[in-house]
Amino acid sequence: MEKEIFEQGLNHNRRKFLSRLSLGIGSVALGSLLIPDLFSGKQETEDALMRALPHFAPKAKRIIYLFQNGAPSQLETFDYKPLLRTNFGQDLPESIRMGQRLTGMTAGQDAFPLVGSYFEFNQYGQSRAWISSLFPHLSTVVDDLCIIKSMHTEAINHDPALTFFQTGAQVGNRPSMGSWLSYGLGSENENLPAFCVLLSRGKGNGQGVYSKLWSSGFLDARHQGVQFSNSEDPVLYLSDPKGMSKDQRRRMLDQVSAMNELSYQEFNDPQITTKVQQYEMAYRMQTAVPEITDVSKEPDSIVKLYGPDCLVPGTYAANCLLARKLSENGVRFVQLYHQGWDTHDNLPNQMIGQAKDVDQASAALITDLKQRGLLDETLVIWGGEFGRTNYCQGKIAPENYGRDHHPRAFSIFMAGGGVKSGIVYGETDDFGYNILENPVHVHDFQATVLNLMGIDHEKLVYKHLGRRYRLTDVHGKVVSDIIA
Amino acid sequence: MIPSRILLPLIWLPSLVLFWSCSEKNKENTSLLPADQISYNFHIRPILSDKCFACHGPDANKREANLRLDQEESAFAALKDSPGKFALVAGKPLQSEVYHRITSTDPNEMMPPPTSNLALSASEIELIKRWIEQGAVYEPHWAFTRIEKPKVPEEEWGNHEIDRFVGLKMKEKGLAPNPDASSSELIKRVSLDLTGLPPSLELLNKYSGFKGQYSYEKLIDELLASPSFGEKMAILWLDIARYSDSYGYQDDNVRTQWPYRDWVIHAFNKNLPYDQFLTWQLAGDLLPNPNKEQLLATAFNRNHKYTEEGGVIEEEYRIEYVLDKTNTFSKGILGITMECAQCHDHKYDPVSQKEYYELFAFFNTSLEKGFEGDVSVSKPAKTPILWVDRQDLDGILKFINHQDTSSLSISVMGEMEEKRTTYILNRGAYDAPTLPVEPGTPASLLSFPASFEKNRLGLAQWTTHRDNPLTSRVFVNLIWQEIFGRGIVKSAGDFGMQGDLPTHPELLNWLAADFMENGWNVKRLLKQILSSATYKQSAAITSQHLEIDPDNLYLARAPRLRLPAENIQDLVWYSSGLLNKDIGGPSVKPYQPSGLWEAATSGRGVLATYVQDSGSKLYRRGIYNFIKLTVPPPKAILFDSSNRDRCELTRNRTNTPLQALVMMNDPMVLEASRVLSTQLTQKYKDPSQAIAEAFKRIVCRDLKNKEKDLLMAYYEAELSHYQAMPQEAALALEVGEYPIDPKAITPQNAALMQVIVSLYNLEETITKS
Repeated sequence: MEKEIFEQGLNHNRRKFLSRLSLGIGSVALGSLLIPDLFSGKQETEDALMRALPHFAPKAKRIIYLFQNGAPSQLETFDYKPLLRTNFGQDLPESIRMGQRLTGMTAGQDAFPLVGSYFEFNQYGQSRAWISSLFPHLSTVVDDLCIIKSMHTEAINHDPALTFFQTGAQVGNRPSMGSWLSYGLGSENENLPAFCVLLSRGKGNGQGVYSKLWSSGFLDARHQGVQFSNSEDPVLYLSDPKGMSKDQRRRMLDQVSAMNELSYQEFNDPQITTKVQQYEMAYRMQTAVPEITDVSKEPDSIVKLYGPDCLVPGTYAANCLLARKLSENGVRFVQLYHQGWDTHDNLPNQMIGQAKDVDQASAALITDLKQRGLLDETLVIWGGEFGRTNYCQGKIAPENYGRDHHPRAFSIFMAGGGVKSGIVYGETDDFGYNILENPVHVHDFQATVLNLMGIDHEKLVYKHLGRRYRLTDVHGKVVSDIIA
Repeated sequence: MIPSRILLPLIWLPSLVLFWSCSEKNKENTSLLPADQISYNFHIRPILSDKCFACHGPDANKREANLRLDQEESAFAALKDSPGKFALVAGKPLQSEVYHRITSTDPNEMMPPPTSNLALSASEIELIKRWIEQGAVYEPHWAFTRIEKPKVPEEEWGNHEIDRFVGLKMKEKGLAPNPDASSSELIKRVSLDLTGLPPSLELLNKYSGFKGQYSYEKLIDELLASPSFGEKMAILWLDIARYSDSYGYQDDNVRTQWPYRDWVIHAFNKNLPYDQFLTWQLAGDLLPNPNKEQLLATAFNRNHKYTEEGGVIEEEYRIEYVLDKTNTFSKGILGITMECAQCHDHKYDPVSQKEYYELFAFFNTSLEKGFEGDVSVSKPAKTPILWVDRQDLDGILKFINHQDTSSLSISVMGEMEEKRTTYILNRGAYDAPTLPVEPGTPASLLSFPASFEKNRLGLAQWTTHRDNPLTSRVFVNLIWQEIFGRGIVKSAGDFGMQGDLPTHPELLNWLAADFMENGWNVKRLLKQILSSATYKQSAAITSQHLEIDPDNLYLARAPRLRLPAENIQDLVWYSSGLLNKDIGGPSVKPYQPSGLWEAATSGRGVLATYVQDSGSKLYRRGIYNFIKLTVPPPKAILFDSSNRDRCELTRNRTNTPLQALVMMNDPMVLEASRVLSTQLTQKYKDPSQAIAEAFKRIVCRDLKNKEKDLLMAYYEAELSHYQAMPQEAALALEVGEYPIDPKAITPQNAALMQVIVSLYNLEETITKS
């Protein structure tokens, strides 16, 4: 194998020429099956060796990341803290807070009155995990979940915190997790992008998302997330114009191709050949994408599983169903964002609405993947950018309160894709404020996700303007305790 | 085992320091004759920097074994941890610990250590050995040395100095220059390079063959004088200045920085010398009695993102803004990426954390705030503000295209009366100040003259000082990148130790020195480059090119480059006759797929929904498209534009299926095609004449016979389709807002429209070649 790799390196110029012919999404897959570096013609042979991907046998092949944008409260979902109810209205003890910084929203408050969950908690499944009454469906799949209660991050505002989760840095133009995976592993389906993005919004307080979050940063633009839309075109500019038949489209492609061929005869530029191939790929996408986004042929049992909203384009439920379809067709990374979790006030009401949006469909996705035998190779991630404070922001009543941002401890869950199922990992103190055991930093989380995909996070590097960049920056430890 | 001979593709390099130039270092390994001199700058430092400096370089906190290899003195000193041993012993590799360690296979001894994931190749080890044998001579980093104008080589080829340098390099590589491009190719090329627009039919005809008074030189002069010149050049600068029309961050409300964009266009058009162009932007407010134009220029430092998220910690963001200003200055103007030194001493370049905060200190005393309220009280500009009234618009700020009577406000720079003290921030954290520092510049570049004031004006003087080693090199390189697609230094934003080496180091020095000698004259620089025989070559690629120089590093042919996003839009509207030639003004919202802003918004602020413009605003140049930072114009992103989140100096040039979908289905392309076909169907009875004119407008040359046959056959096929189904013709023609005469809804028009769409989809159309 080593010899082969070296010999490929030696054919450098020829290969670079070839690489010009293979800049498409489909070709990424081809390239990455071999040695991506040699195909991109950008790095050194030794780097190619170092990065020969995957670095070890992957447990997961694909990821569906259900990002709960705005930061759902851990205290109303997975982190059960009866003490907060008992101590309702009492000030957060300084021995717990230990002078941690606060956002400008609550820094001016005279007091930090503790407030417990409005929602009841119960234990479910063999793992006896605590889950609140907001999630009746998720509680039925609890034995498929790996709940992490000890996440922590460095940012306390939405934009930097989201950016941190997705790119490994709070600011800057770095590649998103999906872009890194597209770069490292390519796509499994040459008619679909490797990295797809689906957006939805609940009725709760929204915080916006930014295309920067699925940007390829300094990586090639072909690794950028392709945003699917629920408007006229599932992928931008996908549909032929009104009145254009398939025959006409084919005729135009043949015409353009014949003209480009004349141009190639004159200039000999490999880019011209690439262009022709990209048009063919576009043409194939025009068929493949609508087939996948069409949910009208899904059987009743599936509609029932995800709930009736899954037939309403642009809802979280519809996006979960679409995510399953994209994923099962080989899309490496499907990134969902569901907005509306930023519950600074009126928390119980807002949480009810948000939970109603996501509970059934999130559970359905896991069940659906499982019944198709895909859960083992598909990693599902559910969570927000940070947690929420154990004390109340603004007016306080047992049934109406708000919570500010809390980066020091929050909960997410993962399922499938090689993580242990039916476990709860990490523990917070009785106030739900500090982590007591097994802290998982965002970089640790990222390192673990890459590990599940067969990637050593220290070896998936890209050199840009003199520096080697990684998703985990210069940090990150794989949390091997949660790997099956 | 692979014989090492095979690992060293053969490249013979006869001359000394300047010969080698592969900017993708180490990839083309070198094989050297025993007599060849190894250069620290061009062979050794790239290896040491990439593989050793992280632990044995400038960063004092991460230095291992007290060994520093980036400085001659410490590299030759006795090793503190290994008494009696030396890292380097001149002339004696076997006594040099460096050589011992890089050849060791003992995991406890070998360097780089296995845990670093780094390794030296056999050829790199050989180079280091040879360098030590030859005395291990250190040299200062080439880009940090004063720019001296080298002697022009004696070469026969070409028109002037550029060609002598380029010709010599070509000859060394065994390449010969391509013949000149045809006049139509050159007219298109020059027109795109200087105006971002394709040539008009008139221009093509007037200069065809460059006969009589219509010489090539006159063409350059005519285009340099065109007001479109500023619009073309401004795009480059707006990427550097991270210009946008919104504040960014989560609520991403609208702001009014576009008068700054109008100024950039104006400054290029009036050919403001580059040193002044920089001075006004860095310190216009500190000039004696600054006028409003000079104040407006300082908006450069206010274009970065501003948060309007309720509850942020003000100082955290104020610091973030100063960091952005510092990083933009160092990357965009000095071509050095310094942000590493925000948290620790730079690992590769001689910039300490202290020096970083000394530079930061210049920008840390402006009047701006970290937070001026959330989106509910958002204003189009933030403190300090330049107010522009009608009198200014009729006077010194006439170039601002502001049509209504309201006054304008722009975020600009303004200095505090009582200056704030700057501290080194531990690990770059806003709440971890340590030692106080004074404003200053990195000593390794050029020490800050004592006579300069320690403020932004002093910084501007330092930046444009004849002895500054970077400013001119970096800008000249950027212009080269604009024209040839890649800079003489490929990493245009990194001239530091880890940056790419120049392919033509002497040419770069010559151009940079010449640029300063001639008053930092940007138009002169462009004319100089465009007049060269190097530039005028044909773009045809031979198998020899692909064999010897697939990346066209040595310019034995003209590059073929896909146009930037903005210029694709310009080409489509211009060739169809729809282009609105207004310059400047508020940014516009063209056709855009529905739902993009709405899907990503927080729901707050005036940009929560996309309200498309109509009428003539739809047909503006691409530079005027509204840039909302969180959802930048989708087509621009698909065609590799900067998202304007940060200062960027180089755009990628990719070729993707999503781009094909845009060109086939974008209403812009369809409407332009429909309007042009309607016009040509009315003008010509004979469709072949209509096609010939469309082709010349769009592809900018005469149609060849084979192409004519293909296009006519395609036209006939489309025509019979629409004749069989006339209702389809109406559907196809109903695109875009430009009105259509009902009488023009004919199968002929629809068929010609499809032909024109196909022309816009040709590779050649959106390629500069």
